[in-house]
Amino acid sequence: MSADTSAGTSATTRAPKVGHGDADDVGVATGQAVEGTRSVAGTRGPVLGAPLVEFLLRVGDDRLILGHRLSEWCGHGPILEEDIATANMALDLIGQASSVLRLAGEIEGQGRDEDALAYFRDGVLFRNCLLVEQPNGDFGYTMVRQFLFDAFSVLQWEALTRATHEGVAAIAAKSLKEAKYHLRHSSEWVVRLGDGTVESHAKVQHALDSAWRFTGELFVRDAVDEAVVALGVPFDQAAIKSRWDAIVDDVLARATLVRPADGPMQRGGRTGRHSEHLGHLLATMQIVARSHPGARW
Amino acid sequence: MSTITHERALEAIGTVPDPEVPAISVVELGIVRDVAVSDAGTVTVTITPTYSGCPAMFEIEKDIRTALVEAGAVAVEVRTVLSPAWTTDWIGPEAREKLRAYGIAPPGRAEPEGLITLTRARRTVACPFCGSKDTELRSEFGSTACKAIHVCRGCRQPFDEFKAL
Repeated sequence: MSADTSAGTSATTRAPKVGHGDADDVGVATGQAVEGTRSVAGTRGPVLGAPLVEFLLRVGDDRLILGHRLSEWCGHGPILEEDIATANMALDLIGQASSVLRLAGEIEGQGRDEDALAYFRDGVLFRNCLLVEQPNGDFGYTMVRQFLFDAFSVLQWEALTRATHEGVAAIAAKSLKEAKYHLRHSSEWVVRLGDGTVESHAKVQHALDSAWRFTGELFVRDAVDEAVVALGVPFDQAAIKSRWDAIVDDVLARATLVRPADGPMQRGGRTGRHSEHLGHLLATMQIVARSHPGARW
Repeated sequence: MSTITHERALEAIGTVPDPEVPAISVVELGIVRDVAVSDAGTVTVTITPTYSGCPAMFEIEKDIRTALVEAGAVAVEVRTVLSPAWTTDWIGPEAREKLRAYGIAPPGRAEPEGLITLTRARRTVACPFCGSKDTELRSEFGSTACKAIHVCRGCRQPFDEFKAL
């Protein structure tokens, strides 16, 4: 089975492979990445090539993996309120992922529900961005990572509320409300820590410098993005990038933090090329479901 | 052969408390969107989640089922919809008063769609215990997905707010 066969069945207009913005890419060019996906799909499991399914996996996996990362703070929060807050945000994100992956499974039409997609895909079939799979680090890093993603997430959900696909629009309208709470929370922490003590400022600036290399991937546009626009899912990275910049610049200014220069950006998550951290995360997240397949409680 | 009426079905569902905020019913919470009764006695209830990850949805579905079967429903079907997205604006004045009496400050007005508010001016939340408006937000994330944590400077009591969504 090839990715093209699967994609061709559900997309009426299959967009040609395009590689926008690849000039600065030191790792994987989009064209090569699509080839990579095909060979991986051919050897490791079912093809997930239909553009809308592929797109929904990206949206869902971002929330699933970040939700899992946040859940790792449960019982370890720096203060009780933050222990509760990170668990709350994790719950929202995993709930959103559940809705999105359920829809992806329905559209795929191979009988896979959200649990099958979450627990029985290997790392190479996950489509989340690299940013969300990075280890929690200290609390400052967790909040910087959260902020950089939340600012993207709010804009992405807002765009998806205008999708002509009713299922996508409904999930987006619901999730947008939650994402706004997350963004406010993480923004406030970035400001509090950045404009805090000498030590908190230094730590959160370091966190920002470390996480920045993963932000470029959020705005890379490839054939999947082009194809879903044709299917009525108006996701335009260029449009949201300028608004993301405005939010980030505003918060960093209030936080007295310096916006890092755009150096080489790490990417690969959208095509299944992940950092080693994802494998460890999945080992924890999937072990129970894989050890006891079909178990109910 | 049971002959459950639409009115009886509504009444039965109206007795189902929210598992996490038992002061109000699932109907008062606004999550029951539609109730339909067929001639054969099948009741179809449409519900919508408060938050995407609300873990109480399973419990709520079970409780609705039980209440309807006890009220004479032959079969119960519970459907979940996401659109239109639930909002705290659907919680009526009586239910808000019940929340306050239970020790949970009722929600303010939900913010308009699409607005990104990084540093909104926060509304004053009155303490549900002593009524003081000298209160402080401790965290926007509380004991359940739908609540925020405040502390009253007047009576020194921590309390929950049902947060606007």
